[in-house]
Amino acid sequence: MALSTLNSGAEHAREKIVRELQGTRFDISGFIFRFSLIFGLGSGVLILGAVMWDVVGDGSGFLFDRGWEFLTGNASSRANSYGIFEGLRGTFWIGVFVVVFAFPLGVGAAIYLEEYASDSRLTRFIELNIRNLAGVPSVVYGVLGLAIFVRALDGFYPNSIDRHLGSTTAAAGATLAILVLPIVIITASEAIRAVPQSLREGGFGVGATKWEVIRHHVLPYAAPGIFTGTLLSLARALGEAAPLILIGGVLGSLGPKSSLLELEQLGERFTAMPLMITQLAKKPAFIGDWNSATAAAILVLLVVVIAANLIAICLRNHYERKRS
Amino acid sequence: MRNGLRTTALFSLLVSILIVLSLVFEAVTFLNGIKISWLWGDQWAPPFNEYDLKTPLVGSLIVTGIAMVVAVPIGLASAIYLSEYAKPITRKWLKPVLEILAGIPSVVLGFFALRWVTPNIVQQINPQAPGFTLAAAGIGVGILTIPLIASVSEDALSAVPNSLREASSGLGAKRVTTTIKITIPAAISGLVAALIIGISRAIGETMVVFLAAGGGGNQAQFTTSAFDSGTVVTAAMAATTAPSDRLSEGVALQSLYFLGLLLFIITLLLNLIADRFVRRVRIIY
Amino acid sequence: MEPLTQPNEKTIATTRPKIFEVTNLNVYYPDFRAIRDVSLNVAANEITAFIGPSGCGKTTMLRSFNRMNDLIPTAKITGTLLYRGADLYNKTVDPVEVRRRIGMVFQKPNPFPKSIYDNVAYGPRISGKVKKGTEMDDLVESSLRKAALWEEVKDRLKSSALGMSGGQQQRLCIARAIATNPDVVLMDEPCSALDPIATGKIEELMTQLKKEYTILIVTHNMQQAARVSDRTAFFSVEVEEEHDSRTGVLVEEGPTEKIFSNPNDQRTENYITGRFG
Repeated sequence: MALSTLNSGAEHAREKIVRELQGTRFDISGFIFRFSLIFGLGSGVLILGAVMWDVVGDGSGFLFDRGWEFLTGNASSRANSYGIFEGLRGTFWIGVFVVVFAFPLGVGAAIYLEEYASDSRLTRFIELNIRNLAGVPSVVYGVLGLAIFVRALDGFYPNSIDRHLGSTTAAAGATLAILVLPIVIITASEAIRAVPQSLREGGFGVGATKWEVIRHHVLPYAAPGIFTGTLLSLARALGEAAPLILIGGVLGSLGPKSSLLELEQLGERFTAMPLMITQLAKKPAFIGDWNSATAAAILVLLVVVIAANLIAICLRNHYERKRS
Repeated sequence: MRNGLRTTALFSLLVSILIVLSLVFEAVTFLNGIKISWLWGDQWAPPFNEYDLKTPLVGSLIVTGIAMVVAVPIGLASAIYLSEYAKPITRKWLKPVLEILAGIPSVVLGFFALRWVTPNIVQQINPQAPGFTLAAAGIGVGILTIPLIASVSEDALSAVPNSLREASSGLGAKRVTTTIKITIPAAISGLVAALIIGISRAIGETMVVFLAAGGGGNQAQFTTSAFDSGTVVTAAMAATTAPSDRLSEGVALQSLYFLGLLLFIITLLLNLIADRFVRRVRIIY
Repeated sequence: MEPLTQPNEKTIATTRPKIFEVTNLNVYYPDFRAIRDVSLNVAANEITAFIGPSGCGKTTMLRSFNRMNDLIPTAKITGTLLYRGADLYNKTVDPVEVRRRIGMVFQKPNPFPKSIYDNVAYGPRISGKVKKGTEMDDLVESSLRKAALWEEVKDRLKSSALGMSGGQQQRLCIARAIATNPDVVLMDEPCSALDPIATGKIEELMTQLKKEYTILIVTHNMQQAARVSDRTAFFSVEVEEEHDSRTGVLVEEGPTEKIFSNPNDQRTENYITGRFG
C-alpha cells in the first residue's frame, strides 16, 4: 500500500516537472519579433528584386533588338537609333585611370601604414583623415576635380572661346581615381592587417629584409583581399555620375567618333555610362522608346558593375573558406 | 622603398588639403560677391541671384528624413536577423544580396525612383503629387542607404561577445529577450554610428535627387512638403554645372563652392562623430 | 506487505533523490562525435566534478544538462537525459524553462555591461516572477550575500559590473545565476581565469551553496575536484587515427575519495598520478 502511494507520489512529482518544463504558452513576443525581422530583410531583398525586374523587363527587349548596334553606335536624338559607345568608351578610360593610379597609390599607402609607419600622431592623423575622406560625398570630389584639373587646364588657354578645355577624359579619370583612393587604402589595409604575424616572423627568421618579407610573404597572402577591395572600388568608380557632372562631362553625344583605344581622346571632352543614363532618364518617358533605351543602358552598366561585385564576393568567400 | 610608400600615404593628406582649400577659397569669393540678404528668400535660383539657403537645406532634411524612415527599419532588421537569427547557410546567401544592393550605381536608383517609385508609391499615397517629388527621391536614397546601415549595424552586433548571449540564455532568456535586453544595448554605440553614417551618406547622395526630385534645373521653390518638387544641397551643386543649365563663370557658379563647403562641413562632423562611436565599440570589447 | 516496505522507505530517506539520470548520451557535431555513450546519475545537494584531459567532451557534457548545446545549430544529441524523472530532450520541453531551473556559470566571467544590481536582477526580471521594487531589492541582496559578495559591493550596486575584479565578477555571475532560484547550478571551469585567492573564495562558496543547490562543475584542476566535490566523473578522449577525430568517453564515476585514492580503471590512475594528460 505504502509503496504504491510512494510510487504514485513520485510519479505525481515527475508529472509536475514535465508540465512545468513545457513552455507555458505560445511565445508571442518572440514570434512577432522574428516575423518583423524577416519582414524587414525580405523587403530589402524584394526591393532589389523590384529594381532588377523593372530594369530587365524594360530594357532587355530593346537591348536584344538593337544588339551590337546599341553598344557600338553613337548617341542620337532618336531612341531607335541611340547607341552608347561613347559612354562605354569614357567608362572604360575611367576604369583604366583607377587601375593605373588609384590601385598602386592606394596599396602603397596601405603597405606604408600597416608595415612601416610607427604609431605616431601623424600616422593616426593620416588614418583618421583617410577614414573621413572615404565618407566625403562624391559630389565634393567633383568640386575638387573642377577646381584642380578643369580650371587649372583651362588656365593654359585663357583666351579660348570654349571654356571647357579642362573637362577632359583625363580629368574625369583622375578625379574618380582620387575618389576611390581612400576605399582602396582602407580595404588593402584590412587585408594586410589580416596577415598572421607568424608569417612575417618566419620571413625575418631566415634573414629576409623588410621589403623582401613584404614582397614574398605579406603581399602574396594579402593579395586576394587587396584584389577584392580594389575590384569593389573599381565598380564604385564606374557607377559614379555626380563628380563627372561637376567637372563638365557631356550628357549626350561628343560629335566625331574616336575609337576605343585612341590616346588622343584623353585630352578631349568626355562622357560616361552614368552620364548617358542621366541624360536618357531625363527624356520624357512617353515619347518614343526612351524608357526602354534608358533601361537598356542601365542593364549594360549593371552587368559590368554587378559582375565586378560578384567576382569580388566570390573571391573573398573562396579565400575565407580556404583559410578558416 | 619606405620613403616612396610614405609619399603615397601623405598623398591622402594632400587631397584633403586641396579639397578644403578649393572649397574655402571660392566660397569666400562667393560670399564677397553677394549681398548677405540674398541668402534668405523663397527660392534657390542662382541665375537670378537668389540663394535662399533654407531651400536646399530643408530639402536635404526632408529627403534624409524619408530615407532614414525607409532605411533604418529595413537595415536594422536585416542586420539583427543576419547576426542573431540566421543559420550560417542563410547568412552565406543573404549577405551577398545586400552587397549587390550596395553596388547598384545611384543613377540606377534615380531612374528607379523616377519611373517606378513615383507612380507606384508616391502618386498612390498622394494622387496630386507631381512627377518630380522630394518623397520619391527620399525613398530612392533610402534604398541606397539600406546596405550601408545593415552592414555597419551587423558589424556592431557581431562585435558583441558570444559569452554575453550565452550568459543570458543560461539564465532562461528567450532569444528575443537576449537580443533586445543584452545584445542591442551592448552594441548601441555601433548602431548609433550606423545611423549617423547612414544620415551622412543620405545627405551626400546626389544623383537620385537630381533625377527624381526635379532639382535638375537651376531654380527650386522653397517647400516644406515632401510631395513637391524641390532640390537638396548636392543636387543644387550638380545643377550649376549640368550641361543643359550650365552657369557661366561668376558669382552664380561660385554658389557651388559655398554649398560644397556646407556639405563638406556637415558630413565631416557626422563622420567624426560616427568614428568616435565606432571606436568606442572597439575599446569595450 | 508491511514488513517489506519498511526498509525500502528507510533507504529512500537516507539516499538523496536523483536529480539527473543520463543513459547512453551521445553528442554529435557535423564532422565528429563529441561524447559517446555516457551514462551516469547525479544526486541532489552534491557537487559532482567532471575531470579529464582537454578535448574529452566534459564541457559539451555539462552543456547538455541545460540544453545550452541547442544554441549550436549543428549539434545533435541522442540518448536520454532525465531531470527529476522528466526527459529534458522531449519535444514538448521548452529549453528556456530548463535553463530557468538549471543555471550556469561560465569559464570566463561574463557580466553584462550593466550595473551590479541589474546583473543580478536580470534573471528574475525576464521571468517576470519578481516585480515589486523592495522584493527585488531583497532578492538582489540575498543573492549577493549567498555569493559572498554583498559586503564588497553594497555601496556601489549602481556602478558598472565591468569595473569589478575578475574574482568579484565571477562571484557576481554566481549571484546572477542563483537569483533565479535554480535547482541546479552548472559551472564550467569557473576558476580557470582567476588567481589563487579568488579561486579559494569561489571554492568555499561552492561548499556553502551545495546545501541549497545541486552543483555540477567542470574543472581542469584535479586538486580543485579533490577539494570540493563529493563525486567525480573522469572523462577521457579516444583518438581515431584514420579519421583524425576525437571522441570523449566517460571512463568511470564514483565518490571523489575513491576516484583519487583507488580508481577502478588504469586510465584514471594514469591521469590522476600525472602519467598522462
